[in-house]
Amino acid sequence: MQLTLWTYEGPPHIGAMRVATAMDGLHYVLHAPQGDTYADLLFTMIERRQKRPPVTYTTFQARDLGGDTADLFKQSARDAYDRFKPQALLVGASCTAELIQDDPGGLARALNLPCPVVAVELPAYQKKENWGAAETFYRLVREFARRPETTPASISCNILGPTALGFRHRDDVREITSLLHRMGISINVTAPMGSSPTDLMRLGDAAFNVVLYPEIAGPAAQFLEKHLGQKATKTVPIGFGATCDFIREVAALAGIDPTPFLEDETAHSPWYARSVDSTYLTGKRVYVFGDATHVIAAARIARDEMGFTVVGMGTYSREQVREVRAAAQAYGLEALITDDYLDVEEAVAALSVELVLGTQMERHISKRLGVPCAMISAPMHVQDFPARYAPQMGFEGANVIFDSWVHPLMMGLEEHLLQMFREDSEFSEAPSHLGHAAAPIRAAEPVLDVQASADVAVLDAPASNEPVWTAEAEKELGKIPFFVRGKARRNTEKYARDAGIARISIETLYEAKAKVGR
Amino acid sequence: MDGLPAIAPAPSTGCDSVLVERGQREVFCGLTGIVWLHRKIQDAFFLVVGSRTCAHLIQSAAGVMIFAEPRFATAIMEEKDLAGLVDANDELDRVVLRLLGRRPEIKLLFLVGSCPSEVIKLDLSRAAQRLSRQMAPNVRVLSYSGSGIETTFTQGEDACLAALVPDMPIAAATAPADLLVVGCLADVVEDQFRRLFAAMGLPKVSFLPPRHAGDLPSVGPNTKMLLAQPFLADTARLLEERGATRIPAPFPFGAEGTTAWLHAAAQAMPVDQSAFNAAVAAPRARAETALARMRPELEGKSIFMFPDSQLEIPLARFLAREMGMQLTEIGTPYLHRQHLAEELAMMPAGVRISEGQDVERQLDRCRAIRPDLTVCGLGLANPLESEGLTTKWSIELLFSPTQGYDQAADLAELFARPLLRRTKLRV
Repeated sequence: MQLTLWTYEGPPHIGAMRVATAMDGLHYVLHAPQGDTYADLLFTMIERRQKRPPVTYTTFQARDLGGDTADLFKQSARDAYDRFKPQALLVGASCTAELIQDDPGGLARALNLPCPVVAVELPAYQKKENWGAAETFYRLVREFARRPETTPASISCNILGPTALGFRHRDDVREITSLLHRMGISINVTAPMGSSPTDLMRLGDAAFNVVLYPEIAGPAAQFLEKHLGQKATKTVPIGFGATCDFIREVAALAGIDPTPFLEDETAHSPWYARSVDSTYLTGKRVYVFGDATHVIAAARIARDEMGFTVVGMGTYSREQVREVRAAAQAYGLEALITDDYLDVEEAVAALSVELVLGTQMERHISKRLGVPCAMISAPMHVQDFPARYAPQMGFEGANVIFDSWVHPLMMGLEEHLLQMFREDSEFSEAPSHLGHAAAPIRAAEPVLDVQASADVAVLDAPASNEPVWTAEAEKELGKIPFFVRGKARRNTEKYARDAGIARISIETLYEAKAKVGR
Repeated sequence: MDGLPAIAPAPSTGCDSVLVERGQREVFCGLTGIVWLHRKIQDAFFLVVGSRTCAHLIQSAAGVMIFAEPRFATAIMEEKDLAGLVDANDELDRVVLRLLGRRPEIKLLFLVGSCPSEVIKLDLSRAAQRLSRQMAPNVRVLSYSGSGIETTFTQGEDACLAALVPDMPIAAATAPADLLVVGCLADVVEDQFRRLFAAMGLPKVSFLPPRHAGDLPSVGPNTKMLLAQPFLADTARLLEERGATRIPAPFPFGAEGTTAWLHAAAQAMPVDQSAFNAAVAAPRARAETALARMRPELEGKSIFMFPDSQLEIPLARFLAREMGMQLTEIGTPYLHRQHLAEELAMMPAGVRISEGQDVERQLDRCRAIRPDLTVCGLGLANPLESEGLTTKWSIELLFSPTQGYDQAADLAELFARPLLRRTKLRV
C-alpha cells in the first residue's frame, strides 16, 4: 500500500477516456461501479467540453457481485451500441471490475455487434493515466492501421499524440499543423484528437509520423515504424531551439531543405531574451517538475533561451524516467522521480528557488512558499485551459512560454517597487496580486510588525541552537530587496550556525554576504 | 399554531407513482462525503483504503490542493497487496503508523472502505479495532464503507455517522429529555440553530457529528433526534437501537421547512408554544421578506432534478411551495419513504418522482420536457448548457450553507442565479 495525499496521474482507464473522448465514432464501455462516473467531470468541467465523454459505465452494485455482473456488462454494451452506433467499441474495466475478472473483451465479442470491438487491459494496480492512454492508442492503432496500397507521398505525415485533457494539446496541434503546412507537408491523419477509427485505417498513407507527446504516442509510433516502416520524429518542438531542431528533423524525413523555415518573423522570444530588459532574468534559480516531455523541454528553454540556472528537475512519469535522468545529468543534476508532492515541496524549499515551472500542484506549493510559478505540464486545472490561443509548441509556443514564465517574475519586480516606495507619504497600501499571505510581503513585515512574521519565529525560540537576529540586523535585512531577502536570511543563518555565532548583528549580516556570496 | 404549515399525516401523494430505474448512474460514491466530513470534524483524518481511482475521485471532487496537507488520504492498494505477497493488514498498520507519526494532532482516524477493498473483503472493522487498541488512548480508529457498490454520494455521511454511534456515551434512563440534531450542517447554520433552540428555552442541544472527536454527545432512551439531513437511514436506525426517538419532521429548507422542523422539535421536547413563537417570529419574518424578493425570479419556472444528494425532495418541496416553481421530474438516488413522509405529503400533485437512475433515459426525458432549470451533477451540466438548457450544479446545494431561516434566500438565489445569468448574457 502506498500512502497518497494527492496524485499527479489518475488511474489508467482515465488515460483510455482521454483517447476515446478525443476521438469521434468510438464509444468506451467501462465495467465500473457507481462513483467512477466522476471522471466525466474532468472533461466537462476542467476542460469545459460541451459533450459528455463517449463512455458508458456499467454501474454494478454489491448485490450484483454474487449474481451476474457479466450479464450487466453485456446489456450495457448492447445498449451503448444501439444508442450511439459507434464505428468501433472500446471495452475495458476499471480498478474494481478488474478484480471480478469478467473479461469485457470476450463478453463484448460474444455479442457479435456489427462493429469492431477493441479490448484494452489496463492493470489499475500497477499503471497510471499516461500509460493507459498510450496503451489504448497503441491497441487502436494496432487494430485499425493498414498497409497502404500505394507508396505514400514523401511529403505527408500523421500527427500523433494529442488527446482530451492534455496540456495545451488543442493549440499545439493547430500550431504544428500550420508549421507543417508552411513547409509544404500535408497532414494525413491527426490522432487520437479529431480522428475516427476509419481515419486510423488510413494511418499508413503517410510517409512518416510526427510524435508530439511521446508519453501517449510512443508505443503506437513504434508499432507503425516496425510494421509499416513509418519513421517518427524524436524532437518535441517546445521552445525555440527545439522547434528549429524539429524543423530540421521533419525536413530530413520529408526530403526538403529546412533553411527557409528556420527564420520566422513571428518568433519573438529569442530577441526578447537578448533584449537588455531581460538582463534581470540571468541566473534565476528555477525548479522544473512535471511530465517527462514538458520537463525536458522546459529545462532546455530555461537554460538556453532564458539564461536561468536550473537548480533541480524531476518528473512523475515513471515510463520516461531514463530520459529525464539523462537530461538532468546534462545540467549536473540528479532528477527527482516521485509522485509525492511533499517530496517536490521539500526540494523547492531547500533549493532557494526563484521560479518554479510545474503543474497545478507546484502552483500551490509555490503559493505556500511565496515563490513565483508558471505552469508547464498536466495534471490539468481549469486555469490551464485558457480561452485564447496559447500553444506550447512551435515559434508561437516559444513566445507564449516566454511571456508566461516572465510575467510571474515581472509581477515580483512590481512587488519590489511597492516595497521600495511603501514608506513614501504618497504610497497607499495597494492590494498585492500575490496576496498578503505570500512570503515576499511577509518577509518585509518584521521591521514593522515582528509578531506578524512567521519567519521570525526564531526570535521566540532562544532555547534552540538557532542563531537569533538582533533588532538592528533584522531591520537591515528589511532593506534588502525582497526577492533576495529570503536567501540572505538563510545564508546569514547558515553562516552564523557554521561560525557558532548565536546573535546575528549587522556585522554578521555583511560578513555572511562577503563569505557566502550569492 | 398560527401560520404553521399544515402537515397531513402522509397520505401517499406522488409516492405511489415513483419511477424506479436501474442503469448507469451519474452520481458520486460515498467516498465523496469525506470532502465535507473532514471539514466538520476538525481533528479527524479519513484514510481511504482503495485504488488510485479513489484518490483521483476525491481530489477531483474536492480540489484539495489548497491544503498544505489535507486531512484525508488514500492508502492505494498495489499489485503485491492483491496478489497476497504482503499481508494487507501489515501494510495497513505500516501506512497508519506513518500517517499518525506525521500528524500527531489527529484524534480520530476513519478507515474508509472502497469498492476494491470491499471486493477483496478486506475487513476494515477488525483492522480498526486492532489499531484502536494499539493507538489508545491517543487516537480512536473507526471504519465505514464509502464504496460505490454500497453507497451513493451522501450515504457516505450516513455510514460515517453510523460508525460514530456505538462510541457515543450512554445517557441514563433517568436523564432529562435531550435534543440531538443529526447530520452535518455548516458551522454557521449550526450556531444559528443553537441560538434558536436556546431562545425557546432548550439550552442543551447536541449535534452529531461534533466539531471535535472528543465531544461526542450522549444518547439514551430520553434522547429525541431531529434529522437535519434526509439521507441518514443507518445512523437513525442505530440511534433508535440505542433508545433515541426520531422526531418526524420535514427538513429545514426555506422559511416553511425551517419553521416546521423547529416546531416538530419544540413539540417533542416539549417547548411552550408562546416561547416557540417568540423565538422564531423575527428570523422567520426576515426569511419570508428575503424570500419574497427572490420569488419573482423563480415563480412559474419549470425545474427538473437529476438524482444526486437525496436532498432533491425537500428542495423541490421548498421550490414548489415557497417559490412557486413548477416541478417536472424530481430524481433521487434513493427514496427513504419513512424519513421523507412529511416531505412527500407536502409535495404538489402530479410530480414525477424517480428513484435510482438510467442516465441516458433520464436525459431523453429531460430533453423532451426542456425545463427552464435543470439541476444536475458536474458531469452533465456543461453538456446540457451547450444544448441550450439552463443548469444548476447540484453539488453546490450540498456544499453551501442552505438550511435555516437566514440561508433560505441564499438557497433560492442558488437556483435563481443561472436563470438570471441566462437573461444577462448576449453571447
